[in-house]
Formats: sequence, structure tokens, C-alpha cells
Amino acid sequence: MGSRSSHAAVIPDGDSIRRETGFSQASLLRLHHRFRALDRNKKGYLSRMDLQQIGALAVNPLGDRIIESFFPDGSQRVDFPGFVRVLAHFRPVEDEDTETQDPKKPEPLNSRRNKLHYAFQLYDLDRDGKTSRHEMLQVLRLMVGVQVTEEQLENIADRTVQEADEDGDGAVSFVEFTKSLEKMDVEQKMSIRILK
Amino acid sequence: MFLLLPFDSLIVNLLGISLTVLFTLLLVFIIVPAIFGVSFGIRKLYMKTLLKIFAWATLRMERGAKEKNHQLYKPYTNGIIAKDPTSLEEEIKEIRRSGSSKALDNTPEFELSDIFYFCRKGMETIMDDEVTKRFSAEELESWNLLSRTNYNFQYISLRLTVLWGLGVLIRYCFLLPLRIALAFTGISLLVVGTTVVGYLPNGRFKEFMSKHVHLMCYRICVRALTAIITYHDRENRPRNGGICVANHTSPIDVIILASDGYYAMVGQVHGGLMGVIQRAMVKACPHVWFERSEVKDRHLVAKRLTEHVQDKSKLPILIFPEGTCINNTSVMMFKKGSFEIGATVYPVAIKYDPQFGDAFWNSSKYGMVTYLLRMMTSWAIVCSVWYLPPMTREADEDAVQFANRVKSAIARQGGLVDLLCLPGHLDSAHLWVGMTCY
Repeated sequence: MGSRSSHAAVIPDGDSIRRETGFSQASLLRLHHRFRALDRNKKGYLSRMDLQQIGALAVNPLGDRIIESFFPDGSQRVDFPGFVRVLAHFRPVEDEDTETQDPKKPEPLNSRRNKLHYAFQLYDLDRDGKTSRHEMLQVLRLMVGVQVTEEQLENIADRTVQEADEDGDGAVSFVEFTKSLEKMDVEQKMSIRILK
Repeated sequence: MFLLLPFDSLIVNLLGISLTVLFTLLLVFIIVPAIFGVSFGIRKLYMKTLLKIFAWATLRMERGAKEKNHQLYKPYTNGIIAKDPTSLEEEIKEIRRSGSSKALDNTPEFELSDIFYFCRKGMETIMDDEVTKRFSAEELESWNLLSRTNYNFQYISLRLTVLWGLGVLIRYCFLLPLRIALAFTGISLLVVGTTVVGYLPNGRFKEFMSKHVHLMCYRICVRALTAIITYHDRENRPRNGGICVANHTSPIDVIILASDGYYAMVGQVHGGLMGVIQRAMVKACPHVWFERSEVKDRHLVAKRLTEHVQDKSKLPILIFPEGTCINNTSVMMFKKGSFEIGATVYPVAIKYDPQFGDAFWNSSKYGMVTYLLRMMTSWAIVCSVWYLPPMTREADEDAVQFANRVKSAIARQGGLVDLLCLPGHLDSAHLWVGMTCY
């Protein structure tokens, strides 16, 4: 029952995680420490319940969906690499990333497109690549539901889908989503800087 | 061998008798002052002694750790990520402004880009949240000889371990039975007392007796938990026809507040022991108990509560609008229901000192009985109660804004972190008013 500071050797596959996510060694150490703090029963992985214990997340209207994004394809556990992979979407975009853009390598996880894709997934529950009016309504209920009536909610949903929908299929696809937000500084809004 | 037998039984008898006498003396010594609302100051003295012992223990641990070159305090207690302290409204406005080319004369209620704010905030809390961070930091500043709160406990010295063992012995073998006996006495007196008072004819005398029976029993329960409570600003105590609103950390909040004032309780009807207590209490004075089916109907709940506050002869209602137990460092979003009724609101801030015993109830981890046992085997529960001046809803305020105002006032007073007020589900009266169901 003693305290041990985490060393690079303790993180399994540390090197490959670093390459995949682009986090620095120091950041990875801090995230690993955080992972272990959240993993209260020292299981070595996180379950949905571990994330649900975070009080401030429970108040967030998108809390449940954010937790779900850690468990793709119906899995019940997320290990450290999976944990960091999601968090990597929020790594700030640095100049070095855009310079060394090797067309053969896969896009880095924190690119603008991947950040937008992460946010789009929070709208698109059934993962069919489109946010229907119904899904939009559900998200609206979560985020604004208290302050407006059901009728107003439907109006807002209709308006939002109409504004973004270009091909008239009544749903917002990822491309349309990206287009409607092209002026937004997504890189900055969806970035979290880790202190040294 | 045979010579020991008569000797043995004599010793056992003497021991038994002296223990019983000691026990009864203690009970009387504690219950009599509770009846009259008088305090001998024993608990304060107890607290001071404990503090001295804890300070000594911490020094020993620090010295021991330095000798062995161990890292005693957890690293990264200052936060992992850089956060900028902007509020919800500001950020959303900024996001919308940067994303849309239209002139924003009237801010629409929602834009596609709003999601970024919640998304990022959620991710930030996953990376680093105040509660987890603060709890692990609070752990070791002064070790309180309860190893359940010290994850870094190692064998430092013989003296410390002996002290800890002695602490366990005292807490489990002496304090626990005493407290259980007191709790039992308190609850049975409450049930019996209120039922008896219920038979009296309505009038001033009945009210007087009811008030004192309630107060007496709550005071006994307070002593059963060895709760050392400091009340501030008692001139602001809630009056008839008002609603008393407090932040909610643990089930014992009710006992702490009700031992200093006479309130009407609001809650759902339970079965079992709680149900017996509820039925007895309502005989002596009008509390507001809802059936399970009634709880789902917002309007019914509102109607009954409004009726109650409008009758000036009825007692102030005690409501905990949060509806769930929060680890005592934040004041979560207050549900708006209590604030729509239109009565005067008397805010109360309760803050527990975690040094002597953590009163936070993690309902997913521990059941009620386990929680009570933990409470009764801690050293003491130390808390402060601040009665804030009454607030009423202004003409241009809606219920949500009023709720936020009250919540901020409470958070400021208690030094608690005012957690971001975010909209949430309000689909049943249960959550609307914030009645807690265990």
C-alpha cells in the first residue's frame, strides 16, 4: 500500500501510444496517473461506473454520451490506450503537426477533421453518419430542455436541421456539419492543454 | 483448574455489573442534557484533545517519511490541465459569434456549435476534476487515525501503530455500542413521544409538547453521532410560512438542522422503520409526506406545498433541492421546483469538516446501514451551519435565476465550489423538488 510515482516503464506500450496519439512523455505520465486515480478498484481498466463517479461529469448534459464515446462497439471496459486515444482528440494542434504531414501516414487524432468528427458523434447516436431531426431533438432536450417548451424544442430542431441541411434529406451529414462550422475555430474550442 | 471457576464467575459478574452501571450513567449523563437542550461542553473538549493527537501523529509520519525518503503527498495536486474560468453564457456567446457570419441581434436558444462547450468541459472533468483532486489532497494534511482515509499508510513506527490500534479499540468497542444505544433511545422516544402527543387535543399545549418532543429526540440523535455543530447567525432562522433550503451532503443533514429548529419535513412515504417514524411524526404536527404515485405529479406536489406555506400557522418546510448527496465540496445545480412556490426562502449552508469523519454518502458504494456504521465508528462529525438572511423572488426573476441566486449565496457562505449550473432532466416531481429517496 505504498505510493509509487509512475515511470515510463510502467506504462505498457508507451512508445506506440505516444506515436499514435502524439502526447509527450510527460503528458502521458500525467494521464496515466489520472487513469489510475479513476480506476478505484485497481482493475487495470475503466468501466462506465468509474467515469460516472465524476460529479462534474454527471451534471454535464452530454455526460452520458461522452462516457459512451470511450466504449466503442459495445465494449464494457476501456484500457489505458483506449482512454488516451479518445483524449488525444483534444490535444492542441501544434505547428509541428501540420508541417510533418506525411500523406501516407494516417491523419493525427487531433486534426480539425477528427475533432469535428468526435463532436458529430455526440449528435449521431446510432452512428449511421447522419444526424436526423429525431436525434437533434434528443440532444436539444438534454442541453436546453429546462428552459423551453416541447413545441419550442421542435421548432429549434427543425430550424437547426434546415439551416445545415444542403441536400434536403432532412438530416445533417458529417460533411454538412463540417461545412456549417467552417468559420469556427474548432482547433481552439476543442483543445485542452496539459500543464507541464 | 477447578479453583479458577468460582473466582472466574465472580470477576465476570463484577465486570458485568460495573459495565452496566457505567453504561447507564453515561446514557443518563448524555440524555438529560439533551432533554433540556443544555451542553456541558464535553464534546468540544473531546475535539480539542483529538486535534492535538492528530497533529502529533502527522508530525511523526512526516518525520518517518523523510527518514526513509518516501514520497508522502500525492503528486499533481495542482491540476493537470490549463483551464480558463469563463462562465457558461460567456463561452457560448463567444462560440456562436466566432462561428456564424450573421449578426446576432437576438441570441437564438441553440446553435450546432454549442456542443463544443459541453464536450470540452466534459473532457476536462475526465482529465482532472476538482472533487477527486481535492479529496486526495485533503487526505494527508493531517492524518486522523482512521486508516480508511489514508491510502498511503505504511508502518512508520511502533508508537503510531499502537495509537492507531488503540483508536480502533476505543471506536469500535466503546463508542460504537454507546452510540447505538443512544440512537435506539432517540428513535424510540421519537416514535412513542409523537404518538402520545398525537392524542392531545389541538391547541397551544399540543404544539408546545410536539416541538419539545421533536427537539429532544433530534438532540439525542445528534449526540448519538457525536456531532459537534457550530451554528452561525441564528437570528436568521426560518420562520413559519417559509421554506428552508440547504445544500445536501448526507442523510444526517436533516438531523443536524432539525435539532436546532422546528421544521415540517417533506418526503416520500417509506416502508419499514422509516415508515413507522413518519407515521408517528405526522400525528404530532403536520409534515408533508407523499405517496410514491403522487411524487410523479408535479402539480400535485406544488399544490400541497403551496397550501402548506400559505397557512401561516404551519411550520417552515425543510427541503434539500439537490436531491442527491454531493461530496461536500460543491453545491450542485439546485432544482427549480422549490423556488416556484413563491414563499420566502431561508437559505442554510452546511459544511462538514472532513478531519474527524467524512460525512459524504456515496450511495452507489455503500448502503444505508454501512454508511451509518461508518458514521458511528468515526471520531466525530464536525460541521458548521450558517443561517443566511431570507430571500424572496424578485419581480423580473424567473425560478431558475432565483434558484441560482440562492445557490450562489449558499456556496459563497460555506466556501464551497459553485458548480456550473447546467440544465438537466426535470421529468418528475421527485427531481423537481429534490426529495431524496434512499
